[in-house]
Amino acid sequence: MDEILNINNLTKAYDDINVLDHVNLTVKKGEVVVIVGPSGCGKSTLLRCINSFEPIREGKVILDGETINPCKGKLNEVRERIGMVFQNYELFPHKTVLQNMILAPVKVKKIKKKEAEKEALALLDRVGLSGKKNSYPRQLSGGQKQRVAIVRALMMNPEILLLDEITAALDPEMVREVLDVVINLAKEGRTMVIVTHEMAFARAVADRMVFIDGGRIVEEGTPDDFFENPKTERLRKFLDSFSYQ
Amino acid sequence: MGFEVLLKGSNMARLLSGLGVALKISLISVLISIVLGVILGSIMTLKKPVITFISKFYLEFIRIMPQMVLLFLVFFGTTKALGISMSAETASVIVFSLWGTAEMSDLVRGALSGIPVIQYESSYSLGMTVGQTYIHVIIPQIIRRMLPLSINLVTRMIKTTSLVMMIGIVEVLKVGQQIIEANRKSSPNAAFGVYATVFILYFLVCWPISILSKYLEKKWES
Ligand SMILES: Nc1ncnc2c1ncn2[C@@H]1O[C@H](COP(=O)(O)OP(=O)(O)OP(=O)(O)O)[C@@H](O)[C@H]1O
Ligand SMILES: [Mg+2]
Repeated sequence: MDEILNINNLTKAYDDINVLDHVNLTVKKGEVVVIVGPSGCGKSTLLRCINSFEPIREGKVILDGETINPCKGKLNEVRERIGMVFQNYELFPHKTVLQNMILAPVKVKKIKKKEAEKEALALLDRVGLSGKKNSYPRQLSGGQKQRVAIVRALMMNPEILLLDEITAALDPEMVREVLDVVINLAKEGRTMVIVTHEMAFARAVADRMVFIDGGRIVEEGTPDDFFENPKTERLRKFLDSFSYQ
Repeated sequence: MGFEVLLKGSNMARLLSGLGVALKISLISVLISIVLGVILGSIMTLKKPVITFISKFYLEFIRIMPQMVLLFLVFFGTTKALGISMSAETASVIVFSLWGTAEMSDLVRGALSGIPVIQYESSYSLGMTVGQTYIHVIIPQIIRRMLPLSINLVTRMIKTTSLVMMIGIVEVLKVGQQIIEANRKSSPNAAFGVYATVFILYFLVCWPISILSKYLEKKWES
């Protein structure tokens, strides 16, 4: 498989404190990498470094052979190729579901409105929300908003999708409907980097697991190895904190 | 009842042109206030201590000062002290714009800082440029947040224009008084008819505006 994303020796500091410390990570085309780790270990920061929302101190991020952080070209053209879904959906509140979805394709990719709408409706249908196309975000449940946010990102046909704790703000009964969408995307062969605290989901969706602690990658491996035979004490402790025996 | 004086001669037309003067002053002031308020409000979100201090001081000063005092200060004060001669209308527009700019800038600042950084990022992450993000994502949200409140400001301004007669401008209320004075002998009841008419005129202007603001508020609440 081809390598699509390469994070090379990345160091990120806030006020001279390294929150990411010489991180190396590669993602292959079609691969699903799931990142876990304790709160504050730098997971969100890593995702934000990938599409240059954060300047970095050292190292670089390479997307398909092109260095994108530090970014020499146009940031918007790079971000167009990277989909991102946030914990709190961040839909545009003044636009309907359909308008949310077609805004960037029409304005950025210059796709005809009719065509964009057709594509949007097909995607909405796939996540069971075609009935909501004219609703405003405030009229949707959290789970519905998050599904819209995912398909809105898909409208741009990104080469890679970054998901940052997309179920952390949801009521428990809505988590499933959102994660099912992500599992289907994985089956289709979408390239994704996912940050989550849902361990069962992580195990089901991941091709590779990555454990970050204190800004460093402490351990990585296949889901089976990762969950069954953690090599480091830190990962074992972290995984233990999710079980109640 | 005293309404008959309004039918005499050009009295009703004079009253209406008085209303026109009031509307003209408030309209020009509103336009200036919007432009300057948007600029000042945007600058305020930069959170530079000096700018914050000056704009806070300005806002508080304008809010504490009765409009009438401000009007006297600008009209009599500057003409005397600085030797600048300005028409009463210019002085009124300046005072109303000072007031409107202060209020507008506070509205703009509030609306802008109410939009979380991550809304911008959500737009950028879709590949939108900074310009596209402002045009399609940020500004529409700001307008929705601000419009109902700025419309209220417009009605408040129209009502407050009745003060400008204190510096000699013949607006609707002043015309009303003149008509009552002139007809003191022939129709001693004119006061009621004239003031009632002035009341209705203000109402006819302000009511649709406040309905519009209520409608927009309902339509956009989120
Ligand atoms: N803007 C900032 N300024 C200073 N420090 C920051 C800033 N943003 C994040 N940090 C710090 O960087 C570290 C990593 O934060 P990050 O948000 O990446 O953690 P995380 O792994 O995503 O945590 P969580 O699971 O709680 O979301 C934390 O210690 C945090 O306090
Ligand atoms: Mg995080």
